[in-house]
Amino acid sequence: MTANSPLAVFLRRLLVAVGGLAITGLIGCSTVAKFTTDIGQGAGVITKQQAESINKSAQAVEKTFQDITPEQEYYIGRSVAATVLVTYKPYDNQKENAYLNLLGQTLSQFGAKPETYGGYHFVLLDTDEVNAFAAPGGLVMISRGMVRLCKNENELAAVLAHEIGHIEKQHGLKAIKKGRLTSALTTLAMETGKNLGGSDLAQVTEAFEGSITDITGTMMNKGYARTTEFQADNSAVAILKKSGYEPAALVGMLQEMQKRWVPNGPGFGHTHPEPSLRIAEIQKAIGATAMAPEPPARIKRFKEAMAGV
Amino acid sequence: MKSNVKLWLGSVLVAVAASAFAVGAVVMSVQVKNGQIRVNPSFLSPVVAPLNYGDRVQVLETKSEWMNVTGPGGKSGWVHSSALTKKQIAMTSGSQNVQTGASGDELALASKGFNSDVEADFKSKNKGVDFAWVDRMEKYKVSAEAMADFLKKGQVSASAGGAP
Repeated sequence: MTANSPLAVFLRRLLVAVGGLAITGLIGCSTVAKFTTDIGQGAGVITKQQAESINKSAQAVEKTFQDITPEQEYYIGRSVAATVLVTYKPYDNQKENAYLNLLGQTLSQFGAKPETYGGYHFVLLDTDEVNAFAAPGGLVMISRGMVRLCKNENELAAVLAHEIGHIEKQHGLKAIKKGRLTSALTTLAMETGKNLGGSDLAQVTEAFEGSITDITGTMMNKGYARTTEFQADNSAVAILKKSGYEPAALVGMLQEMQKRWVPNGPGFGHTHPEPSLRIAEIQKAIGATAMAPEPPARIKRFKEAMAGV
Repeated sequence: MKSNVKLWLGSVLVAVAASAFAVGAVVMSVQVKNGQIRVNPSFLSPVVAPLNYGDRVQVLETKSEWMNVTGPGGKSGWVHSSALTKKQIAMTSGSQNVQTGASGDELALASKGFNSDVEADFKSKNKGVDFAWVDRMEKYKVSAEAMADFLKKGQVSASAGGAP
């Protein structure tokens, strides 16, 4: 069989189609391939050996997709953050960012995925807009406008815990368009053990670039689905409870956001569901608990650290 | 006769112990850039030894989300399970750590796919994108001691069983 024989073309198309189906998540990749090749064999279109070959390749693609390794997730996250930081400039203030990391990294250890390839890191964004972004792998960016809405450390903890929730649930990676990675991952499956060169590198970079656009487009413009935001709120509640902060602070924070809610307005108005909807969901889980006053030492350090924000 | 039974029982025990050891000898790989073996199963616990990406550790015991392991340097202690994978991580060709002998299903190639080469290629095509701040972000690292101190001074007390 030559590389461009009709059968080879057919097999390649079948493989890509099968990969696409698996990636849409409708059905396991190798399951579809097995089913299709069984029919193919039954009809005498393809031989047993060819069927085995397709099944083997389909399994490779399926596995490769499932295995976006933590290292690859890390590189995706770095480029997502670098892209976000083109639109939103970082707030270059050592004291504020150090406090943010102290709080954020401590909280991340109470999450479902405390260890990521590159770890969790936080930075303030120099904008009045109320917004926050979580890039895959653990890079969290939060606006000065958002921090100003937080009345205390517990509310800031709630915001950061929500972003950590997006990371542990891999919402960024899930925003990558279905099929985007199929061709690149097929190349990678075939090129196992070799360093990528020339056209292969270009193909993988293209898929990479597309993935970054998918993620940043969702995070900055389109917004995640409502249920995705609810999931991140659920994670936040779990993290706050486990760490000893009060989950009710998330409700307090959302009430502040509700006061400023402008549907399709800039920032969270554009990318997030209406806060009242999120509050209703959270209260299903935690009830309508009031927040106890914070200890004076905590109030003091929050005020000191965030005075300039 | 009695001694024969004893001998038989003894050999059964040895066989059981040997198989238990074999079953228990689970080997896992470190899937984070900088891992740590800790004294106790908690992120607030001191670090016994650092671990590198791809290092193989032998799992001795599992307790909730933590694993008691022996690292490549022979030191034992606790690692959070999210830092470990059952897959063997093979470094790219040319590296000293190239691992062989694993089947494709068990093997993850380090630096495969989206890696620093792809990032560099992406960077060259998107001139406005600046990684300097991303690199600066990654330098913000909070130690276990600082975290414990932060929680203590803020009187943030983890719920029962909640200590990470």
